[in-house]
Amino acid sequence: MSLELIEGSEAIARAMVSAGCKFFAGYPMTPFTEVLEGMAKELPKVGGVCMNAESELEAIGMAWGAAATGARAATGSVGQGLSLMQESLAEMCFAKLPLVCLNMARGQGDYFQATRGGGHGDYRHIVLAPCDLKEAVRLIQYAFHLADTWRNPVMFMGDYYLAHVQEAVDTGPIDFGPLEPKDWALDGSSSGHGSAKIVSPIMPTKRDAPHPILYGEYLGMVADRQAVIAEGVEALAETGHTEGAELIMVAYGTPGRIVRYVVKKLREEGYPVGYVRPITLWPFPAEILRNACRDAKAIAVHELNSGQMVEDVMLAVRHLPVSKTGGVSMDESGFGIAPDLTPTIVRERILKTLANIQEQAA
Amino acid sequence: MNVIRTDAPPDRAAKLVDDFAPPLILPGEHHLCPGCGEPAAMRSSVEMIEELGFANNSIAVFGIGCYTSFSPGMDVEVLQALHGRAPSLATGVKRMKPDTIVFTVQGDGDMVNEGLQEVIHTAARGENVTCILLNNGVFGETGGHMTATTVLGQRTKSSLEGRDAKLHGFPIRISELIAQLDGAAYVARGATNTVGLVWKTRAMLKRAFELQSQNAGFTFVEILTMCPTGWFIETGDAPDYLAQNLESYHRVGVIKDIGLETAAS
Repeated sequence: MSLELIEGSEAIARAMVSAGCKFFAGYPMTPFTEVLEGMAKELPKVGGVCMNAESELEAIGMAWGAAATGARAATGSVGQGLSLMQESLAEMCFAKLPLVCLNMARGQGDYFQATRGGGHGDYRHIVLAPCDLKEAVRLIQYAFHLADTWRNPVMFMGDYYLAHVQEAVDTGPIDFGPLEPKDWALDGSSSGHGSAKIVSPIMPTKRDAPHPILYGEYLGMVADRQAVIAEGVEALAETGHTEGAELIMVAYGTPGRIVRYVVKKLREEGYPVGYVRPITLWPFPAEILRNACRDAKAIAVHELNSGQMVEDVMLAVRHLPVSKTGGVSMDESGFGIAPDLTPTIVRERILKTLANIQEQAA
Repeated sequence: MNVIRTDAPPDRAAKLVDDFAPPLILPGEHHLCPGCGEPAAMRSSVEMIEELGFANNSIAVFGIGCYTSFSPGMDVEVLQALHGRAPSLATGVKRMKPDTIVFTVQGDGDMVNEGLQEVIHTAARGENVTCILLNNGVFGETGGHMTATTVLGQRTKSSLEGRDAKLHGFPIRISELIAQLDGAAYVARGATNTVGLVWKTRAMLKRAFELQSQNAGFTFVEILTMCPTGWFIETGDAPDYLAQNLESYHRVGVIKDIGLETAAS
C-alpha cells in the first residue's frame, strides 16, 4: 500500500477492512454516517456484511451477534446514538466479547460516558483518541487487536474534523502480533456433544460444567478483570516541550493537535510551556503525565466541554493546580465545528494562564 | 417380577437420569414453578432440532425471562442476549454463520414489550432465523405484571381489576402482526396446555426449522404457555385457563406458510 489523499471517514473505513473487520452495523448520524457509507462500499468487496440497522439498539445488537461468532465486528454512532448503545456495551464487557465502537463525536462532551462506562454495572472499556488521520488509521486497527487481546469492547473517539479532513494516509494492514485462537466463539459445532458453549453476560458455564459459575460469583470475576485490563493495556500519550515547562497543557483528539501546534510556536518564542496529549483515555496515561510535570508549576486542560478529563488530570497529579482553558464551543449547526478551536484563541488562553502562574509566583 | 435385590451388589448398572433425558437437555434442577408451560415448549424446540439432524449445527439466542434458566441447561450453543434484543443478535450470528440453524427464545415481555421493533425489523428483513415466543400474557419472572399480550379482563399485579381497554389499551396479536410482513415465510401459534396441542406445536417448530434450513426467510412460532403463578390460579386450573382466556384471543393455528415444500410437508 502507499499514501493516498482521502477523506477521514473513508480512510477509517478502509483501515477497518484492512484490520479484518467482517461485520459492521450502523444507524446514520453525522459525522458517523460517512463511516457507515464507507463500510457499505468497502465491506462487500471482501465478503463482509454492512447492515444499515433500523436503530442504534439494533446496530450494536447485530454487532454483538457477529462478534460472538468470532468475526471482527464494529459499530458506532454519535452522542444520543451512543447513549442508546450503552446497555449493550456494558453487557458485552460482562460477556467478554470483543467489539470496536466508533464515537464520531461532535464535541468532547462524551468523555465521561466513554471513560466511566455510560451503562450499568461495574465495567470499563478501552478508549483510544487519535488527533489526526495518520494516527486514526493506525489506532482503529490497533482497536481490533486490543479488543481481541482483552476480549473487551474498545471505543475509538473520532470527531467531526477527523471524519471530514483529507490527508495523505496509508490504510494498509498493520501487524500487531499474534493473538490467541478464539476457542470461545460460537459456530454451532459444539452443540449436541455434551458440552455446548455459552457466551453470556450472566454466566460463563453450562449446568453440567465441572465447576459451574453462577451469576453472583461471575459479577465479581468480571469486576476483577477491570484491574487486569487497566494494568495490562499500555497507556499511551504524546508529550512535547516538557523540559523546563512551567505550564503543561493537556488536550486529546483534534484539540490536542491544535494545542500541540500552539505550544510549539510559543516555545519557539521562549514561553515555558509544554504539552501532554493522552492517546488512551482509558487507561488514562497518569504516569506519563506525572513524569511530564517534573518542572511544572501548573497544568491546564483544554477540552471542548465544561470540564471532564480535567478530573482524571487532577487524580493523576495531586500536587499541582489544574485549571481549564477549554469549554463548550459549537457552531450554529451543532454538528461539531468549534468556533473557539483556532490557534489564535488557544494561544490567547494559554498565555493568559501562563501570566496568572507567573503573577502568583512573583 | 422385576425386584431390586438389596442383599447383594446390583447385577447391572443402575439407570441414571441421563438415560431418560431427552436429547440436547442437560439434566438438573431448574427454577420454574410447578405447572409452568415453558419446559414443554423448550423441550419441543430442542427435540425438533435433534430430529431434523441439526443437533451439531445450532445456535440459540436467549432473551431474559423465566426461560433464561434453560440457557445453561441445554446442550445447544447459547448466546445470551439482553431483554428485548435477541432478534438483532441472531441477525449478526446468522449473517456471519449462514449455514447454522439460529433460533431465539423470548417471552412476551421480552419480545412484544421491550423488543417489539427488533422482532418486527428482523421479520421485515426476512432474516433466515426462527424466533420462538413463549407467550403467557404476563411478566412471570417479576411476579405477574401486565404485558403487551395480556388479554382483556386478565388480572395482573399492574391491572388488579383485570385488563381494561380504556385504562390499559388492547393486547397485541403479535403473530398476526408479523404475518403481514413480506419477509415472514412462516408464522404459527401453538400451545402447551394439552398433549394434542404440544404435538401440533412440535410440527410447527419442525416446519419453521426446516424452512430456515432452506433459506426461506423469517420463521416465527408463538407458543402459548401456562403461568399459574403469574395468573394467580391453582396449578391444575392453568391448562383450562389458557384455553378459555388466552387462546380465545390469541388463536392457535398456522397463520402464514409460504408453501415451500420441505421433506416433512
